[in-house]
Amino acid sequence: MRQRKLTKTFKSNLITYGMVIAAYVIIQILINTGNISNLLKGLMVPLCTYAILAVSLNLTVGILGELSLGHAGFMCLGAFASAFFSSCMKETSIPPALRFFLAILIGAVVAGIFGVLIGIPVLRLRGDYLAIVTLAFGEIIKNLVNALYVGLDEDGFHFSMKNSMDLNMSDQGRVIINGAQGITGTPKDATFTIGIVLLLITLFIVLNLIYSRDGRAIMSIRDNTIAAESVGINITKYKIMAFSISAALAGVAGVLYAHNLSALTATSKNFGYNMSILFLVFVVLGGIGNIRGSIIAAVVLTLLPELLRGLNDYRMLIYSIVLIAMMLFNWAPKCIEWREKLVSKVKSRRKETKEV
Amino acid sequence: MALLEVKNLSISFGGLRAVDDFNVEIEKGCLYGLIGPNGAGKTTVFNLLTGVYKPNEGFVTLDGENITGKKTIDINKAGIARTFQNIRLFKDLSVIDNVKVGLHNHNGYSTLTGIFRLPKYYKVEKQMTEEAMELLKVFDLDSEAETLAANLPYGKQRKLEIARALATKPKLLLLDEPAAGMNPNETQELMNTIRFVREHFDMTILLIEHDMKLVSGICEKLTVLNFGRILCQGETSEVLNNPEVIKAYLGE
Repeated sequence: MRQRKLTKTFKSNLITYGMVIAAYVIIQILINTGNISNLLKGLMVPLCTYAILAVSLNLTVGILGELSLGHAGFMCLGAFASAFFSSCMKETSIPPALRFFLAILIGAVVAGIFGVLIGIPVLRLRGDYLAIVTLAFGEIIKNLVNALYVGLDEDGFHFSMKNSMDLNMSDQGRVIINGAQGITGTPKDATFTIGIVLLLITLFIVLNLIYSRDGRAIMSIRDNTIAAESVGINITKYKIMAFSISAALAGVAGVLYAHNLSALTATSKNFGYNMSILFLVFVVLGGIGNIRGSIIAAVVLTLLPELLRGLNDYRMLIYSIVLIAMMLFNWAPKCIEWREKLVSKVKSRRKETKEV
Repeated sequence: MALLEVKNLSISFGGLRAVDDFNVEIEKGCLYGLIGPNGAGKTTVFNLLTGVYKPNEGFVTLDGENITGKKTIDINKAGIARTFQNIRLFKDLSVIDNVKVGLHNHNGYSTLTGIFRLPKYYKVEKQMTEEAMELLKVFDLDSEAETLAANLPYGKQRKLEIARALATKPKLLLLDEPAAGMNPNETQELMNTIRFVREHFDMTILLIEHDMKLVSGICEKLTVLNFGRILCQGETSEVLNNPEVIKAYLGE
């Protein structure tokens, strides 16, 4: 009995990994045979970024059961921390592969640490209140980064919150983070292959966490906090664990994002609350707690507006109609009923053919 | 020395003294009943014992260890497990996972072991599965191990809650109205289960119940609460024949 369950979740996980790898292989073939437009080629790394974000946010929303609207803030932290590191190290002799690897680690660790720091006070709240406070923290992070000036000269680092003149650097000094103009000249290390590898690592971490002792503890908190406490589950510890792992993975997505652009700025377009809400849309449409669904939703909803570019004004109209249709298909009780009927019909037909 | 000793336990909510000067001593292996009219403070006593509320006055000692005012988690680790009046299962987890959450603190491996699936993960998980299946067998739930807890029928949900509480390996088990909402047949079955749990696990049990058949059938000692105060305490047969208890609770 248990063996079957293990193989069942194992199978489901394999399908998820397989789906990602298959998509990678197909797209690689298309790229190599020249059957893919430049627009789409440029979308591949962002697709991986958004898929990682959707999976990591699902850990907070679906598995821990807490609504977070500050996910773009953690992505922003990961992006800036790693881009800062990369542009500092650009002129040293460190090999690019190692530099990027370290950048990923730094992005994850910085976002994770902030996840813990923000999680400790914020996770005392629940539901809507938590959503509002995480939203605020996301905006605070973005605006702080916007006001930050960091320069590097032979004396070391110079910090300022005013402007780049205030850094008091020598003539050889170089501004690394230039306030609202962000970081320019980040090496473009991110490739589609690296993106897919990072997505697979994210999946590996999240799926294995869910089907382990800690995952059960996290899900028990989601289902019934009082009961979880009564059987000796440390609520605070597991809440912060899930939240900070989710933040660290968002940081990894940020690293990918930052190293795909030569100029990184923190605007409301890329790290604002609109983005946080977009990530939440991925999670909700893909199915709360459904990791594979998050990836599919992230890919579909990122590709759709781009593919509909030719329709100009009707683009957002169609996008919103698709959103509504997906929402109804996934969540309307009548639709769920209809889907279950369909599934059981298919199953019984399969049985019949087997018996015959 | 008694397993559970409670002395002068009191708590007030605003001006209301919900539990006032509550005393009880429960010997190891005893099946103890806590009865009383609605609103008498029975569940509040449970919440005080399990650390959901902090008492204003009084002491609780379990097996010689002072657990007064400790956190729920620490009290569970010290050896008190409970069930709830309104069932609180992890409804989106499978039946066996519900029990495994109960086993959480007794079978450990680190988060990294879990993520990287080191050999210890497989070893401990196998051990947990075996222990959980053993417990489920006791409650006749082993055939439904993979069902979602929410999809179990009512009576089995009650049983699963007891199984989950026992998985934490407690010294004292608190059952809050285990027979609530059950028909006479199910109640009879539950009585057998509770007796079996006591024999099989050598468990001390304190239960709240309104079903007098169950109370008189299995409890050895009783405490009657009324308006937060102890009305009567002693052997079941004596208590149930006490004129004051009949007047306040059972009805003349």
